[in-house]
Amino acid sequence: MSDILKDPEIMRQIIMDHYQYPHHHHLKEGDDVLSKHMSSASCIDDITVQLVLADDVISEVRFDGVGCAISTASTSIMTELLTGKTVDQAKDIIAQFFAMVDERDYDEEKLEEAVVFCNVSKQAARIKCATIGWQAVTEMLEEADEKGK
Amino acid sequence: MDLKKIRADFPMFENNPELIYLDNAATTFKPWPVIRKLEEFYTLKSVNIHRGEYDLSFKVSEEYDQTREKVADFLNCQSREVVFTYGASASLNLVAFGYGRKILKPGDVILTTEAEHASGILPWFKVAEMTGATIRYIPQGSDGQIDLKDYEACLDKKVKVVAIAQVSNVLGYHLPIQEMAALAHQVGAVISVDGAQSVPHMKTDFLGWDLDFLSFSSHKMCGPGGVGVLAGKYELLQKTDPYFYGGGANARFYVDGSIELQEVPLRFETGTPPIGEVLALGAAVDYLSDLGMDNIQKAEYELRQYAGAKLAALDNVIFYNPNAQAGILTFNVKGVFSQDAASYLNTRHIAVRSGNHCAKILDQIIGVGDTVRASLYFYNTKEEIDRFIEAVADTSLKSSLDFLF
Repeated sequence: MSDILKDPEIMRQIIMDHYQYPHHHHLKEGDDVLSKHMSSASCIDDITVQLVLADDVISEVRFDGVGCAISTASTSIMTELLTGKTVDQAKDIIAQFFAMVDERDYDEEKLEEAVVFCNVSKQAARIKCATIGWQAVTEMLEEADEKGK
Repeated sequence: MDLKKIRADFPMFENNPELIYLDNAATTFKPWPVIRKLEEFYTLKSVNIHRGEYDLSFKVSEEYDQTREKVADFLNCQSREVVFTYGASASLNLVAFGYGRKILKPGDVILTTEAEHASGILPWFKVAEMTGATIRYIPQGSDGQIDLKDYEACLDKKVKVVAIAQVSNVLGYHLPIQEMAALAHQVGAVISVDGAQSVPHMKTDFLGWDLDFLSFSSHKMCGPGGVGVLAGKYELLQKTDPYFYGGGANARFYVDGSIELQEVPLRFETGTPPIGEVLALGAAVDYLSDLGMDNIQKAEYELRQYAGAKLAALDNVIFYNPNAQAGILTFNVKGVFSQDAASYLNTRHIAVRSGNHCAKILDQIIGVGDTVRASLYFYNTKEEIDRFIEAVADTSLKSSLDFLF
């Protein structure tokens, strides 16, 4: 079991830190930047996530916008986790995250700090908050695959 | 008002003993007479109206027509001025597309506010685009209140429509709608009032206030969903085109494409209406009338004052509308995003709304887009408010994450 999961206060602190001081929390412009705007009527979150792909590697993940603590912290943690990973590694990590949120078996080690959201399904209404940034990256990677074909 | 007796009329309370429901601006609970009326329709007389020669259809048609009279009495207008629709949004769209689109010309002005609900303003955005009319906004103070002088200054001969909510679903102020109607009429404009947050909570005087159009929903006033009302002055309804065409709306039609429309208001009720729901709306009107709309307004105001004083006293709260009259309390907990706060209150079994409440351009007035909204109805109690206030006092970024551990 991951060390983080042993101490709820450490988990709480990780979320609060990422919410109050989110990482990679500014957008950039450039021809090589992929962008995805995520918002919906049912959810307040209104965020934009960006990816920079260099060949097969995710060289940058960024985000900005208005979001709750859960969505902001989850997206911030995700930017840390996916930066520098290959597209295939990133897809695997994202799949592990969705498995965790859906209460299926998942690999804790691959998710690092993102395991703090392991109980988010206790409030079904918040699953969307925890996954909105991850969904954005999933869609961008799918679109990049489509273009590459 | 005997709250114990009133609450016994609403099975939602008995079936959800833990729940403190403070989202009444979104929708309200239903009392037994409304539920029984639906059951009565579907089990004893589930037939169509205005068509059949058989006794049952005649009987139900009669009750449907009587419900129109009942609603007219409730609003103080004529029964031929009451159109049954599918809800306040449908009513507001009917005014914009059936009336506004027909009369507006390029350069005409639709006067409204930045606090309007999406259903009150988006139809006018579209109609403005179709007709070449423009939208003008009445200035609002930093607390969102409207000064009658500022409103008057916006009125000129170009203004053909004033589209405004009598009570904003975010700010909860009562607008002086009678004075506003009179001022609109002085420049030859009609006033279309969104009554979704006012009709359920106070006495309405359509005739006395000299309103032109008034829209509201059944489900926000103890009635069933899927039905609403547009009250319109008879001569204005005669100038209004139906939004839907089809069975029920026409008297005759011919191969050359000409249509003889049914009389007002039947021409607006195309297709089979939600008959049982209309009858149950009648039961809701009876229920509210028996309690007395003045009593309802007084009780809600007292409860609002009680809640507002306690909310204002909390150090961790920013309270945006302490001086509003309606039972709508809009606030944030310092350092906590509105959705996180509402989510924490949910863990304490308190149902409130968070977000922008469909008023997506209001942030320019109060300086914040997302808020928590607690909205009351006559069946809420001081004990519920006490538990709500305790939970708000305990709300923090830290506690809002409790559910994760």
